[in-house]
Amino acid sequence: MADMILFGVFPYVALALAIGVGIYRYGFDRYSWSSQSSQFLESKALFWGSIPWHYAILLILIAHFLAFLVPSSWGALLGSPLRLVFLEITGIALGLTTLIALAILIFRRIGNPRISAVTSKVDWLLFASLLLQVATGVYIAISLRWGGAWYVHTVSPWLWSLVKLNPQIDYLANLPGIVQLHAVNAFFLVAIFPFSRLVHVVSVPLGYLGRPYQVVIWYRQRRNDY
Amino acid sequence: MDIRAQVSSVFHLDKCIGCHTCSIACKNLWTDRRGNEYMWWNNVETKPGTGYPTKWEDQEKYNGGWELVGTQLRLKQGGKAGTIGKIFHNPDLPTIDDYYEPFTYKYEDLTNAPAAKDQPTARPVSMISGEPMKIEAGPNWDDDLSGSNVYAANDPGVIQLTEEEQQQLFAIEKMVMFHLPRICNHCMNAACVASCPSGAIYKRGEDGIVLINQDKCRGWRMCVSACPYKKTYYGWSSGKSEKCILCFPRQEAGEAPACFHSCVGRIRYLGVLLYDADKIEATAMKSDGELAAAQREMILDPFDPQVIAAAREGGLADQVIEAAQNSPVYKFVKQWGIALPLHPEFRTLPMLFYVPPLLPLLSVENNGTQKISDDFFTTLEQARLPLMYLAGLFAGGNQEEIKAVYRRLIAVRIQRRAASVGDLPEAELQNARELSGLDDAALDAIYRMTSLTRIKERIVIPPMLREQAIEAGMDPEEYKQGMGFGSRQAPKRRW
Repeated sequence: MADMILFGVFPYVALALAIGVGIYRYGFDRYSWSSQSSQFLESKALFWGSIPWHYAILLILIAHFLAFLVPSSWGALLGSPLRLVFLEITGIALGLTTLIALAILIFRRIGNPRISAVTSKVDWLLFASLLLQVATGVYIAISLRWGGAWYVHTVSPWLWSLVKLNPQIDYLANLPGIVQLHAVNAFFLVAIFPFSRLVHVVSVPLGYLGRPYQVVIWYRQRRNDY
Repeated sequence: MDIRAQVSSVFHLDKCIGCHTCSIACKNLWTDRRGNEYMWWNNVETKPGTGYPTKWEDQEKYNGGWELVGTQLRLKQGGKAGTIGKIFHNPDLPTIDDYYEPFTYKYEDLTNAPAAKDQPTARPVSMISGEPMKIEAGPNWDDDLSGSNVYAANDPGVIQLTEEEQQQLFAIEKMVMFHLPRICNHCMNAACVASCPSGAIYKRGEDGIVLINQDKCRGWRMCVSACPYKKTYYGWSSGKSEKCILCFPRQEAGEAPACFHSCVGRIRYLGVLLYDADKIEATAMKSDGELAAAQREMILDPFDPQVIAAAREGGLADQVIEAAQNSPVYKFVKQWGIALPLHPEFRTLPMLFYVPPLLPLLSVENNGTQKISDDFFTTLEQARLPLMYLAGLFAGGNQEEIKAVYRRLIAVRIQRRAASVGDLPEAELQNARELSGLDDAALDAIYRMTSLTRIKERIVIPPMLREQAIEAGMDPEEYKQGMGFGSRQAPKRRW
């Protein structure tokens, strides 16, 4: 029963919260939608934390998503032992990078009174959850080898069963507890996404690359070509 | 021709007494919130000095503004991809220590302290963390410290002067300073707008006021580093950047911006300029020394029938054109040519102009007594501030620009002396007039505008025609019922 709630129901609750509250917040309190950067108050430690954190976590997330979305191609990619070993090493290295970077970021928040002052309760919850996620991830990568390969036959089908509205919780229920924790905590992060500063991840400003430098806004239609 | 109207300003530096009334008026209206304590949308600096934030003019340090790369204009902090690449950590972003850590005092300790032998004290505490702190900087920390070897000597404009010029600035009894009030320049080629990854910053088409859409700002903070004048500020509590809004809500109601309205010295002039937006890019790519003149060139004559016709065709209302004709800024910048942009070499084409300070007369020692120098009025050769220093501030290093302005200001002084006291030979007046290139009427008009005009002549706010704008977009009745209704939330962090 607990498995059903955690692996079969909670993901839907988390997604519903993410989308529902996310839309509510974007619609009615868009002012609050911000990255809440603290670089203005402390820049040096942030450099060593933020840059490795963001790049490493982005690559790791991309790998997770690829293995979920295109499991067969992913499996084929890992078919050669050389590529499998290469990916395994890269994954562990990136995982350790995120862990160290996150540790820097957390110590920065605890140790610098200015940064502590601009850290909300949700921020602390977010940090705790991220730390748990990254720590379990690294532990899994090291203790349960070849995750890139077994993910395709366990987690990926479970996620697809969720997408198909037919949760097959057995895929996850038979995995070690640490993997279950990692999976449930991932959906916990999805659930607190709309309540936290995490909202900035959906505001990737790629539109900037395509727009002209200057932005001029008129009250009224001035000419046809504007 | 793409004619646009821009609400622009002139600050007359000879009239500024450095009282900071403007700063206080602004702060009380707009930036008295948590996270905004350090934001001085309007501030008054002492020059020579390092300014606020410290050494803001040094773009080797801050990488603000634009630079010419070959035939391309590029943000000095990096191109578009470079800007996005810096989103996780912006190496050019100043930190709060470049401004100051906002502080208050534990006043309650004065009344709550138990009876004791010693006087209770109110210790300073940080307004960020609430912890006791040592105050090492504050607003106007270097106020009037013109001879300081910490502030004035480190002024980026002073450092580039020759040894001789520096000595002239700092010599005892010749020490010189002036005040430089600064607000957002509402630039034509704004670097903050260009740098915003979210596209939250925009220029209003009708009046050229540059604003940050608070709902679109995501706190990527690129505008803070891109603005070479450091006039966008990051709200460390709200996670949003904010800047001077030129009091557009006041202007829309026909009121002068708060800093203009409260100015004790009446140094501030506001009016509309018409300019040709097609020329922005070409103008911004001129060489450093040509920029001030090129920008003046962009500003169009609102009396020229061709300009009027083109402006009407472009949708400018007749009232706006009329406001442009009455604009004191047009007179200062274009007709009289005595107002220059601040640091045109940043290439943002700032639309706030300054009349450089001629400064008061200097007394000289004569056989042990102080008397006013024989040359009753400052001459170019005896300018109290090195011309190179002023040229660095207002003309991209082009001393000819400063000389031209000074000749006119000197001519005004001589002409007024001749008119009011009449003790100067006609030849001297004639000479000054010829050097200035202005006729008697213009010199008289400068004198009048500088010293006698009332607020309606100094501050000519164009009708902002909000009602027409609303009518164009929606039913005014609907607007009336809908706007202002519903939830207005305080600008602070909630989630």
